[in-house]
Amino acid sequence: MIVPAEREQGVSLDVVRIRADFPVLQQSIHGNRLVYLDSAATSQTPEPVVRAIAGFYRDDCANVHRGVHELSRRATDSFEGAREKVRHFINAESTREIIFTRGTTDAINLVAQTFGRRAVGSGDEVILSALEHHSNIVPWQMLCDEIGARLRVIPMFDDGTLDIDAYRDLIGPRTKMVALVHISNALGTTNPIKELVSLAHDHGIPVLVDGAQAVPHVPVDVRALGCDFYAFSAHKMYGPTGIGALYGREEHLNAMPPYQGGGDMIRQVTFEKTVFNAIPHKFEAGTPNIAGTIGMGAAIDYIAAIGRDEVSAHEARLVAHASERLSSIGGVRLIGTAREKVGVVSFVVEGAHPHDVGTILDHRGVAIRAGHHCAQPVMDRLGIPATARASFGIYNDDDDVDALVRAVLEVREVFA
Amino acid sequence: MSDLRDLYQQMILDHYRRPRNRGEMDDCTFSADGFNPLCGDRITVFVKMEEDKIADIRFVGDGCAISMASASMMTEAIKGKEEQEAEALFESFHALVAGDGLADEAEVGKLQVFGGVRDYPLRVKCATLTWHTLRAALRGTDEPVSTE
Ligand SMILES: Cc1ncc(COP(=O)(O)O)c(C=O)c1O
Repeated sequence: MIVPAEREQGVSLDVVRIRADFPVLQQSIHGNRLVYLDSAATSQTPEPVVRAIAGFYRDDCANVHRGVHELSRRATDSFEGAREKVRHFINAESTREIIFTRGTTDAINLVAQTFGRRAVGSGDEVILSALEHHSNIVPWQMLCDEIGARLRVIPMFDDGTLDIDAYRDLIGPRTKMVALVHISNALGTTNPIKELVSLAHDHGIPVLVDGAQAVPHVPVDVRALGCDFYAFSAHKMYGPTGIGALYGREEHLNAMPPYQGGGDMIRQVTFEKTVFNAIPHKFEAGTPNIAGTIGMGAAIDYIAAIGRDEVSAHEARLVAHASERLSSIGGVRLIGTAREKVGVVSFVVEGAHPHDVGTILDHRGVAIRAGHHCAQPVMDRLGIPATARASFGIYNDDDDVDALVRAVLEVREVFA
Repeated sequence: MSDLRDLYQQMILDHYRRPRNRGEMDDCTFSADGFNPLCGDRITVFVKMEEDKIADIRFVGDGCAISMASASMMTEAIKGKEEQEAEALFESFHALVAGDGLADEAEVGKLQVFGGVRDYPLRVKCATLTWHTLRAALRGTDEPVSTE
């Protein structure tokens, strides 16, 4: 087990011990130590998670919910055990409210196509924010185009925070759905979700929250947030790719039509009629990603053992430190300067395109993302084509920030 | 791994900072748009044909040093050439940057400075976007060119 170690700056994570769980980090890239600062795109996977996935295939591989044999019982127990871990992780009331999906995108599409299709009608409006990832724009846009509804967008200020007064004004009798990102992947802005949800609920409007960038970094309590739906992906929280979860309030899930049809989501099938299974199974057609689900459960255990408050504090300190160091370099401008900012530092270097910044940093072993971060409207709003983005995780430390800063100084040299 | 200076040669940086033949062209014969959805680079290439020759060529766009310098140097290399010659030069250039064929050194001339791109496979598309766009313009393709 990893225990937080006392450090001079106060309580900090024992990054050395954590890093030992991530063999991938113990390699060199182009002759330099790998400095992984792209966890917002996909985090690395610790040994216990890899072992849980491999263990399923090695020892317990069977289908779930259908076998009478021992292996199937074990697979089902592990699978449903992961559902309980997810429930606890976000403090949902019941495991019936946890649906496994392929990830955040899949979860949002599910809600748009089932709940959204019933809630939103011709001439109605869906409110999103200017900070959304494409995956919380396109599913709603597709729905709106199809049924003749309209997207309304909460504008943001230059620092990357949302204009809450404008949001108040946008809410009207035509508003049938609100879908908002919890923490922006492009800028790191943390939205005041509780307040935004409550403003919508005052008008009886349901709210979906895209929590992809929140769950790896901050404790999340869906009941405290009050949201109707909460979506996230395992691969950004030290779990495997292709698996994620959707939280939905029980009364909504019961009322919603199924998303896909097939095995597992049914109770009884004849050629005349199908009786659907109870929630959450109603939304999980076909053999699920069993290994991935078990891996997701292991990732939750891993984070819990470190301590979510400790993770939060550690990363907040890193983000603050990186922001300070980067902004003190001449010609470097931080993009997104909200006070409530988590996980990422987006920046541009004068005279150097973010793509070139990315290449030069990679040359020094520093992995960042350069581009629009699947949030083109954010870039358009700020009038820039792209940014360079360093994002942080539990395995990063001050040495990583030093390496980042050194490499950015080199960018300045090359493009001087 | 090669030195960064092999990729970011002085001539490339110079063309990035002071692109040649940049701007729109009202009386072009052909034009085409190119787009790299991965990094957001976009470019429009305008060509004016006189008889069978590319009498003038200009570009507008927004992108990284490699893509902008490549566009700028392409316009210089291609002016006055016939379509066939332009195609042949693209082939040599492609061989040079992708390292998947024999580049005719004499033919590529100054474009040799892009040789360093070969060691950065992720950047090959940056260097070739402008050339794909030129080819689309010459062939009268309406669809924007996409690298993906
Ligand atoms: C804020 C946000 N929402 C949604 C997504 C989509 O997640 P996924 O690709 O795992 O479905 C991402 C990740 O790319 C994200 O950062």
